[in-house]
Amino acid sequence: MDKSTENADNPNITNNNADFTIALAGNANVGKSVIFNHLTGSKQTVGNWPGKTVERAEGKLLFDDYNIHVIDLPGIYSFSTFSMEEIVSREYIAHEKPDVVINVLDASVLERNLFFTIQLMEMEIPMVICINQMDIAKQKGIVIDTEKLEKALGIPVIPTVAIRGEGLQELIKKALEVSKTRKENKIPIDYKAIEYGGEIENRIKLLKDLMDSENLELEYPNKWMAIKILENDPEIKNLVNSKSPNIIPFAYQLELGIEKIHQEPAFAVMASERYGLANKIASGAQIQTDVKITFSDKLDNVLTHPFYGYITSTMVILGLLLWTFIIGDFISGIITNALSFFQPVDPSTSSTIPVILWNGAFGGLVAGLTLIVPFVIPFYILLSYIENSGLLTRVAFMMDTFMHKIGLHGKALIPLILGYGCSVPAIDSTRILESRRERLLAAFAITFAPCAARTIIILSLVAIFVSIWWALALYVLDLVIIFIMGKLALKAMPGESTSLIMEMHSLRMPTAPMVFKQTWNRTKSLIYLVFPIFIIGGAIIQVLYVLGVLNFIGNLLTPLTVGWLGLPAFAGVLLLLGIVRKEFILLTLVSFVGTDLSLALTSQQFIVLAIVGMLYIPCLSTIGILLREFGVKASSIITTANLVTAFIVGGIFAHILPFIL
Amino acid sequence: MSDKNLGSESLSENIEEYLEILYKLSKGDQLVKTSKISTNLNIAPGSVTQMLKKLDAMGYVKYSPYKGAILTETGLKKAKSVTRKHRLLEKFLHDILKIKKEKVHDQACDMEHTLSDDAERALCHLLERPDECPDDEELIPACNFSFQSCEECMERKNEEVEQVGNRKENLVSIVDLHEHEKGKVSFIRGDYKVIRRLMDMGITMGATISMMQIAPFKGPVEIAVRGSKLALGREIANNVFVELIPENIDNNGAAVHG
Repeated sequence: MDKSTENADNPNITNNNADFTIALAGNANVGKSVIFNHLTGSKQTVGNWPGKTVERAEGKLLFDDYNIHVIDLPGIYSFSTFSMEEIVSREYIAHEKPDVVINVLDASVLERNLFFTIQLMEMEIPMVICINQMDIAKQKGIVIDTEKLEKALGIPVIPTVAIRGEGLQELIKKALEVSKTRKENKIPIDYKAIEYGGEIENRIKLLKDLMDSENLELEYPNKWMAIKILENDPEIKNLVNSKSPNIIPFAYQLELGIEKIHQEPAFAVMASERYGLANKIASGAQIQTDVKITFSDKLDNVLTHPFYGYITSTMVILGLLLWTFIIGDFISGIITNALSFFQPVDPSTSSTIPVILWNGAFGGLVAGLTLIVPFVIPFYILLSYIENSGLLTRVAFMMDTFMHKIGLHGKALIPLILGYGCSVPAIDSTRILESRRERLLAAFAITFAPCAARTIIILSLVAIFVSIWWALALYVLDLVIIFIMGKLALKAMPGESTSLIMEMHSLRMPTAPMVFKQTWNRTKSLIYLVFPIFIIGGAIIQVLYVLGVLNFIGNLLTPLTVGWLGLPAFAGVLLLLGIVRKEFILLTLVSFVGTDLSLALTSQQFIVLAIVGMLYIPCLSTIGILLREFGVKASSIITTANLVTAFIVGGIFAHILPFIL
Repeated sequence: MSDKNLGSESLSENIEEYLEILYKLSKGDQLVKTSKISTNLNIAPGSVTQMLKKLDAMGYVKYSPYKGAILTETGLKKAKSVTRKHRLLEKFLHDILKIKKEKVHDQACDMEHTLSDDAERALCHLLERPDECPDDEELIPACNFSFQSCEECMERKNEEVEQVGNRKENLVSIVDLHEHEKGKVSFIRGDYKVIRRLMDMGITMGATISMMQIAPFKGPVEIAVRGSKLALGREIANNVFVELIPENIDNNGAAVHG
């Protein structure tokens, strides 16, 4: 349990100067983030939970002269599958003790959402229920009696349509009211509404009484821990066992008792009971007036249709690609033109050190700008639309089978598509996958994907100077390599792949402010990562070049570059500069030999240089994000795999091409 | 087994072979033509017709002359049990005994008729609850013992299957449901982690599931449960078994679905 104590002490995640802390909790896709954005406006920060790759969003809200700290917990369905999101959430609630938890529910899927509500109530925390997406429920013909619900749960219930801001004033008012009573009256809240069957309720009580008598002094309420132990929660069992050895053996007997009565594992009995309760509460408070087939249902039938579904999915993927390429290429052209006075490597090496440094740093800045503005931002905007509308889940549904071939499931398609634009946001978005293993597999495949910079190299070296067909062939080669490397990685990292279990929430149109906000938050975190790397890296490489270090290393590399790959001697320097940004290979080449590159290289050399340039190393910023997401070891392995592949494939081509061309 | 002389085998083995092939060809609920059975078993159509009539009299199939045969509930149950033993044996021969894929089918055919229920259960434990057989990746049907989950089967290891008893209903894996068909969750195959994840999403014992969409190429299925729609990958969906909730009883009295 050391980890959780660490979290609790971490200064980043405690907020001392706020009057109240409100936490938002609920299932994924219920509109929590929309509410969060409405409440906090621009005063928010998005980072990671300490030591975890789970996004942590928090912000500030000024309401009635109170300074309120708002935190958006990850969207989860329960506290029992031990995913990182679930553990982060329950540790936060237990250790940081927010003044009130706003539990956001999707009005159109009340029963399933209440299953989580019941688990929050078990934690004996002050709560307000927010029934969101009342409009979608209405479209589906569901009417919810919030007063009845309030009575059944014993918790204030506020109906909202967050996307239009409806009901949010009342929500925050109610949350504040609950927070204030909480501050005055610190006793834990025992919700009467949740009651299991007699045989279970008795056992929970027996276990709780034993725990009470043992003085465990743990931050979780004893009753909640008793429930978790009966559910066979390994983490809570260890925690309790470390305080007192008597409890777990006793609990085991109780667990056996439950299993004897129900002929089912105790956790399954508890889950069934919770759902039974959720069903009772939901059906008491909602009326299905009539079953309406909405437009969204009809659209859904097309999107997941065994035939049309593939067409629509392909359209989404192609659309995303074209959008990034066309928009990206267009904006990139403008920026490059505007900054054309700048040359990446100044052939005159007589300048002073500050000028050289400035030159390099500025080069890095340009590299950063031409990455973020043309490629990252447009991609994120469209991705946000696809993601929030629910289109993404439909595409993942259709593409699941194909992704299985490389050990991933349908959702992994998204990071891979992103990889065609830029590896950096692509690797960032592997977070949508469940396990580290899957994220690594996806990230590994992405480092081989033909990103925009690779495309530029292929196009400008091969398409222009050899032929468009060779350029296309290299593109296909890259796809084959991704597939082969994906298979190899799967062999190297065996393990059970998480199967797809994904909610297909109702389709809806995301609002523009929400999309832009999400885009900005995502871009911002990349800016902090990419610009320092580019600027510092650019300056260092420039200095190394001027000092002749690059030439020196380049010369050391001649057995490889000239001997094995059959390239001119200066290729070593090109490849070293290309580490910062792949386009530098091209730009430096131009500065060396002028615009007619065919004077310096043969067709064979163009193709080999393009292959090596395309594969040989993830660029600096990709390495940066790999380091951030996966640590040093995994990043070095991926980078080495890239290097080795590039030189093997490049060398093979260098030796075969003379017979073909 | 095409080159074998079925006449020399006992009647019950013969019946089991017929039921098995009917189950495979009918995919549970479709009418199978006599000619199709004839080619598959390499037996003259006349003999097949005779056997089908016999099976009809025993209540295992519903036979309509010139059309073909369809399994009844009783026939389906027996067919599933033989098929399960066959596919488990294939898996065992291939994975454990390392026998070549091409050879496991014939070998399993010979062994399936003599495998006891207790041995079947032990095989399932040994192979860690397999869901697909190696040679044609067909789904291995759920066992016929009245367990709700594999966890339960493991916990009651000491009891023999006779003490456990058999299921009353025919279980169908949700991947075999047709669009808009409904079923009541009765058995989940797999380890505890899978079961937990499914339960959290509302797929608890007794919950009603309706099939929305089935993606082709062994893709995922989309189901509706407790008012929400879920996509389940094929490997998970394979292992969720339901009792079919009939919407309207088939007028010829045969199984609405298998």
